[in-house]
Amino acid sequence: MIQEIPITHVLVLSSFLFFCGICGFIIRRNLITLLMAVELILNAVSINFVVFNKYLFPHQMEGLFFALFVIGIAAAEAAVAIALIINVYRRLGSIQVEDVAEMKY
Amino acid sequence: MNLSFVVLIFILPLLVFAVLGLAGMYLRPRLAGLLATGITGIVFLLSLLTAWIYFRLPVHSAGIYQPVIPVSFEWLRFSDRLVATLGILLDPVAVMMLVVVSFVSLMVHWYSLGYMQGEKGFQRYYAFLSLFTFSMMSLVVATNLVQMYIFWELVGISSYLLIGFYYTRPAAIAAAKKAFIVTRFADLGFLIGILLLSYYAGTFDFGLIVGNHASSVGVVSSSFAGLKVVEWAMLLVFMGAAGKSAMFPLHIWLPDAMEGPTPVSALIHAATMVVAGVYLIARMFPVYYFHAPAVLSLIAYTGAFTSLFAAIIACTQTDIKRVLAFSTLSQIGYMMLSLGVSGYGQQDSAGYTASLFHLFTHAMFKSLLFLAAGAVIHAVHENSILRMGGLRKYMPSTHLAFLVGCLAIAGIPFFSGFYSKEEILIAAWEHHKALFFVAWLVAGLTAFYMFRLYFTVFWGRDRYYHHPVNEAPRSMRIPLLVLSFISIVAGYVPFGRYVSAAGHFSETHFYPGIAIASVTIALIGILIAMKMYARPNAFPEKLTKKMGLFYVAACNRFYIDEGYLFITKKIIFNPIAHTVAWVDRHVVDGMVNAIAKITEEIAFRIRKMQGGQVQEYGLIMAASATGLALLLIYLATN
Amino acid sequence: MTAGQFIFYTMAFIMVAFSVFTIFSRNILRSAFYLFCVLVTTSFLYFMLGYEFMAGVQLILYVGGIVVLIVFSILLTSHIGHKFPWPSKRKLMAGVTVSLAGFLLAVKVLCCYPFPVVHEKVKLPGMKEIGRQLLDLDTRHSGYALPFEIIGILLLAAMVGAIMIAKKEK
Repeated sequence: MIQEIPITHVLVLSSFLFFCGICGFIIRRNLITLLMAVELILNAVSINFVVFNKYLFPHQMEGLFFALFVIGIAAAEAAVAIALIINVYRRLGSIQVEDVAEMKY
Repeated sequence: MNLSFVVLIFILPLLVFAVLGLAGMYLRPRLAGLLATGITGIVFLLSLLTAWIYFRLPVHSAGIYQPVIPVSFEWLRFSDRLVATLGILLDPVAVMMLVVVSFVSLMVHWYSLGYMQGEKGFQRYYAFLSLFTFSMMSLVVATNLVQMYIFWELVGISSYLLIGFYYTRPAAIAAAKKAFIVTRFADLGFLIGILLLSYYAGTFDFGLIVGNHASSVGVVSSSFAGLKVVEWAMLLVFMGAAGKSAMFPLHIWLPDAMEGPTPVSALIHAATMVVAGVYLIARMFPVYYFHAPAVLSLIAYTGAFTSLFAAIIACTQTDIKRVLAFSTLSQIGYMMLSLGVSGYGQQDSAGYTASLFHLFTHAMFKSLLFLAAGAVIHAVHENSILRMGGLRKYMPSTHLAFLVGCLAIAGIPFFSGFYSKEEILIAAWEHHKALFFVAWLVAGLTAFYMFRLYFTVFWGRDRYYHHPVNEAPRSMRIPLLVLSFISIVAGYVPFGRYVSAAGHFSETHFYPGIAIASVTIALIGILIAMKMYARPNAFPEKLTKKMGLFYVAACNRFYIDEGYLFITKKIIFNPIAHTVAWVDRHVVDGMVNAIAKITEEIAFRIRKMQGGQVQEYGLIMAASATGLALLLIYLATN
Repeated sequence: MTAGQFIFYTMAFIMVAFSVFTIFSRNILRSAFYLFCVLVTTSFLYFMLGYEFMAGVQLILYVGGIVVLIVFSILLTSHIGHKFPWPSKRKLMAGVTVSLAGFLLAVKVLCCYPFPVVHEKVKLPGMKEIGRQLLDLDTRHSGYALPFEIIGILLLAAMVGAIMIAKKEK
């Protein structure tokens, strides 16, 4: 694959995904969709690491492991976030970002 | 002989103050009173023991009593000789004062068991009495100027607390404030005097300043506005003494201080605190004599004027305690006069000895008079003599005690006052004839107004009393009896053997002429008083009408209080104080408030930045990261 | 155009389109589905790169775990058919501007940087090498035993935490 596709193309792809995630994080009003945007970001980052590993350091596996750990942490974070969202829904009855404002001064 | 036990004399009253002050509410009143009285009794015995041991110490050689310092604790050291210590200095004057203060304090404690019974704040009263005892005794054994100043102020505070004891009465509060402010103002002069003196003498210590005929102060030769610096310093020190001892014109607080309970007046404003000024001058006497003789003359004149002034006013007052207060002023004037005319050295220091002897006897008979007056007030519930009369039938013991006090103060032979007043008159005759005549006149006036008081209260018109007039309870009578006895006997103490200016023995010559002159004028005074007041008649009325304006002025204490009030209100308050207050409120506070307001405004505006919205944070983070990256690239490529 | 290129650009197009739909869709369940597609396509990318293990992990964890979790929570908490309103104009503007700016900057940097690409053919690592290195048994390179353990504890903590937070209070 290396011969056919230049590295910059893949990297541009992953950065597009990354910035889509950021845009979604800023725009979205629902907590769950916020979470989905965050998952997009993490996914883009994993692609980045793997691609670097393959193109620039094929003898080593650091990129792989990094991506592995990122995926693991993303899973843990998503679990806790979902638990929190469920709790917030029980208390406030809504999962809009504006409604979670009880501790605001 | 180890005299370190002396420190107990001071620790015990302080402990009593602490205990009664903190836990007095939990003790029964009677117990608190007995505790305080008991401890004061122990303190008195310790003082007697100290005196006994001191005067027999082998240190005294060549007939001179050396000062002894059993305890000294260094507190602040500024330089080699300039060091502030807390210690105990025992010399004849100090030991005499210890005995006097503890004895009068014991009598007052005992008396108050009966007088203050049932009063609210009984324990607080005894706590303050103990505080006063502690402070006064520590003052008289001060080893240096700093310690004396500390306890000087403490005594002032105790006096304030005790005058304002009935704190719900506005008159008492005002009187306490007045006393404290006037003495505090005088203490300003005292402090400046201390600083001047210690700067030039290089030390605070009494021994070093006064020793060797005050030679350490003599080296100073600079002068300011015509007076040497030493003279200024001693003048300022006298200002402090004048405030505390109520010399004219700083005497205004003493008559008002009678708002306090009568035993307090007996202890503080007759026997002990007001003589602190005399004590101070006596302490610093060598410096006055050798380096500021002009100030010494001023002291004599002030004392003479005060005694005459107060005696005139006392003839017109109608409140029993006020008459006694002015009498105190007059007698302290005597003491100052005597100090002022005194010389130094073995043959010449009659004035010094006489002054302190008079202090000793005056403490006894004046406290006796006050306590007896207290018994009368307690029985009749009335302060004004216009509503008293014929009490000799109802209160025989009090009558006797009061009579003994009056005879003592008038200077009748065989009573203690005669001996001490004699010595003063002799000293005045030897040094300053004009002042002798003033003193002689005042002796006559003293006899007159005291017996005016006596006859009006105990003889005079028989009045009908609404409540039954009882004799005082036993706890009040016994101190009266003891004090009466001492008032007679104290005159026979050979005082000159113990106390004199240079520590030597001092013998006074006996001038029969002066004795006869003083007794004669005293008897004349008594006879005039008897004629005017023993039986109700119209003579006093006619006399006051004839004296007209002078009488009215004397009755209103020559309007000195109004003068002071005028000065403070019109001159100090209105232009100066109001302006300063305005500046303080609007400029100083205004600046601080402005800073606070600005901070608040800024905070209010900035608060919106932390909205708590995570998306906002994410937006700003992304934007900033992009911006920073752009910046870095721009910088790296250029 | 070779087959590899064709496949890659197709997959890239799908990922780009679906990620845009994810963030702009008004129906929440559809967003979840678009996310699912993006993640699956990513795993295909990994397959193309030759890292089967990574692709497998991606499918199992991301797709089979996280997306399922998200769908569960959607079903538990919100109204599925509900059409969410657009975000406010200001927010929209701000978000799009910032991400566009960032994207352009990233593209510029990436295009200008000469990446030192290694062109030789290398044997792709299999499960055995990955396992050995994870457990620190390979002496040629340093291992990942510590992060491995930490991840284990983290996952345990996350599990316990999630249970504690989400359980019903009696």
